[in-house]
Amino acid sequence: MSEIERVQSFVYYEAQLLDEKKFDEWLALLTDDVLYWMPLKRDQAEEDIYNSLLYEDKLLLQVRIERLKSPRVFSQLPPSHCQHVLQHPEVICQGDKEYQSRTPFIYLESHMDTQITLGGVVHHELVNVDGELRIRRKRIELLNRESALPSIQLFL
Amino acid sequence: MTASTTRFANPADVTALVRDDEVHKDVYIDADVFQLEMDHLWPSTWIFLGHDSQIPMPGDFMTADIAAEPLIMLRDKDGCVVVVKNRCAHKGAKLVSALSGKLSSNLRCPYHGWTFRLDGSLRSIPEPKGYAGSKYDLLASDRTTADKSIGLSRVKNVEIYRGFVFVKLSDAGLGFHEFFGDSLSSIDNMADRSPEGRLEVVGGTFRYMHNCNWKMFVENLNDTMHPMVAHHSSAGTVKKLWYADHDKTDVKPMVVEQFEPFVSNYKFFDDMGVKIFPNGHSYTGVNFSIHSAYSAIPGYHDSLVNAYGKEKAENILATNRHNTVYYPSLTIKGAIQTLRIARPIAHDKTLLESWTLRLVGASDEHLKRTLMYSRLINAPTSVVGHDDLHCYRAIQEGLASSDNEWVSLHRRYDESERIDISGEYKGNSEVSMRGQFRAWRERIVASMQAQAS
Ligand code: FES
Ligand SMILES: [Fe+2]
Repeated sequence: MSEIERVQSFVYYEAQLLDEKKFDEWLALLTDDVLYWMPLKRDQAEEDIYNSLLYEDKLLLQVRIERLKSPRVFSQLPPSHCQHVLQHPEVICQGDKEYQSRTPFIYLESHMDTQITLGGVVHHELVNVDGELRIRRKRIELLNRESALPSIQLFL
Repeated sequence: MTASTTRFANPADVTALVRDDEVHKDVYIDADVFQLEMDHLWPSTWIFLGHDSQIPMPGDFMTADIAAEPLIMLRDKDGCVVVVKNRCAHKGAKLVSALSGKLSSNLRCPYHGWTFRLDGSLRSIPEPKGYAGSKYDLLASDRTTADKSIGLSRVKNVEIYRGFVFVKLSDAGLGFHEFFGDSLSSIDNMADRSPEGRLEVVGGTFRYMHNCNWKMFVENLNDTMHPMVAHHSSAGTVKKLWYADHDKTDVKPMVVEQFEPFVSNYKFFDDMGVKIFPNGHSYTGVNFSIHSAYSAIPGYHDSLVNAYGKEKAENILATNRHNTVYYPSLTIKGAIQTLRIARPIAHDKTLLESWTLRLVGASDEHLKRTLMYSRLINAPTSVVGHDDLHCYRAIQEGLASSDNEWVSLHRRYDESERIDISGEYKGNSEVSMRGQFRAWRERIVASMQAQAS
């Protein structure tokens, strides 16, 4: 497997873990200084003092995952389910330890009788840690970020 | 205004929906009641439209719908804030569709190109000879000022209070200061927190679609009995994870500071206190609130002392109200500079907007804290927001039951309660909701009577 193929299969694997709700395994794929970011504005730079739909560090992601295990997670009783549909990731190698990938996606989230459809492009920044790929940044550029949105409850 | 449905032809039909300590379920789930509100309650009360900092320069505009009326708020060439209906005088096309933007020196309709000045008056029509002799005859030599009436309809009841722009669409109802009274002190406290006394709306808007009645959201803002239950899974989890490897004396990150108070106990929220005003307005956090224990931002205290003197500065900072409800449309958090605005769409559909404000003259740290709070608590991606909306939706569906037609507002009710005047109560009382429904009934009935006479 080439380096690029290894990154591509990693991106697919990450989405599969989320769709299968293996959240603890997913969390183990993140570096301690991870940033999971969904900007609110187009072309938003990180320095901009502007809000984001998500701007989460590892603690906040852990909170989301632990919350889902709570017997009082009312908005997830019954639970939502999600499905990522990914286009082939475009990968750029940066040196021998870091990778950037760009992956257009469609994301479905269903809750009882309702299903929402979201789409956009996800950008990963991956690093090699002891020979394993880890996510340092995941930036989700949501297509319909200007729309009035319903609850988005799982992980894109 | 259009006439309400015949089901509510008489004020008595409306008053029958509201008792002192309970309300009929139809106020939440009935489409005719919603129409009644849009015909009478929203037009006859002062509704928050926007903030003048959003349109700083001539030609700047923003749009919003209030009670199904499409509105444009713009800055005219003299620098005045003008509100007009977003409806072309020709065949009715909406003139601008964007939520905000900048106009050139006039408004041009996208359909047949009629143009209007920024004050709403008709400026030009292509091939004007086609209107010879009609009221749209721009070439007539005897055109009088009366012809202004053929431009865009202008909303005449517009009040700006410390930059907050409110409109009243009908002539029924109370004057601005009579309607809001001393509740305006919460807006004052938010603006006074700027060393320059000025606020700016910045940082983007969360537009969160709620499939529930607007009143569930508005009532919830002073509902102190729900956070420890509904938000246990989110705020309780933050607490659990943080204290797993930290103790009370460790410096808390802002995330923990913001989440932790949500799972305070009943006594905390009871001691916070609630203050009500006539006409449905209220705030929780008379004595302190979930925002009181935030750590100080360096230099800020001194900048307020410089601006206002020690005593006033300390009063400003000691006021940490939780949520203030400007019934029916606006809710604010002065202590953390956020707004949440209800834009009702149907009996079971409400657009909820969350805005953030900058304290002009204060450091960016304040704004970053404001943005974090709004993102963590109010965004469509917020784990706090998810559980609130889940509960609103659960009410919307649960009230379909025919078993009990009345919704309880009994907590701490006693017959001597005076909700017609201002007063302070224990925080866990449902007095603010009783006050809202008294105002709801009064304002609707007064508007119906004004229309009939
Ligand atoms: S509808 Fe506006 S110009 Fe015709
Ligand atoms: Fe809540």
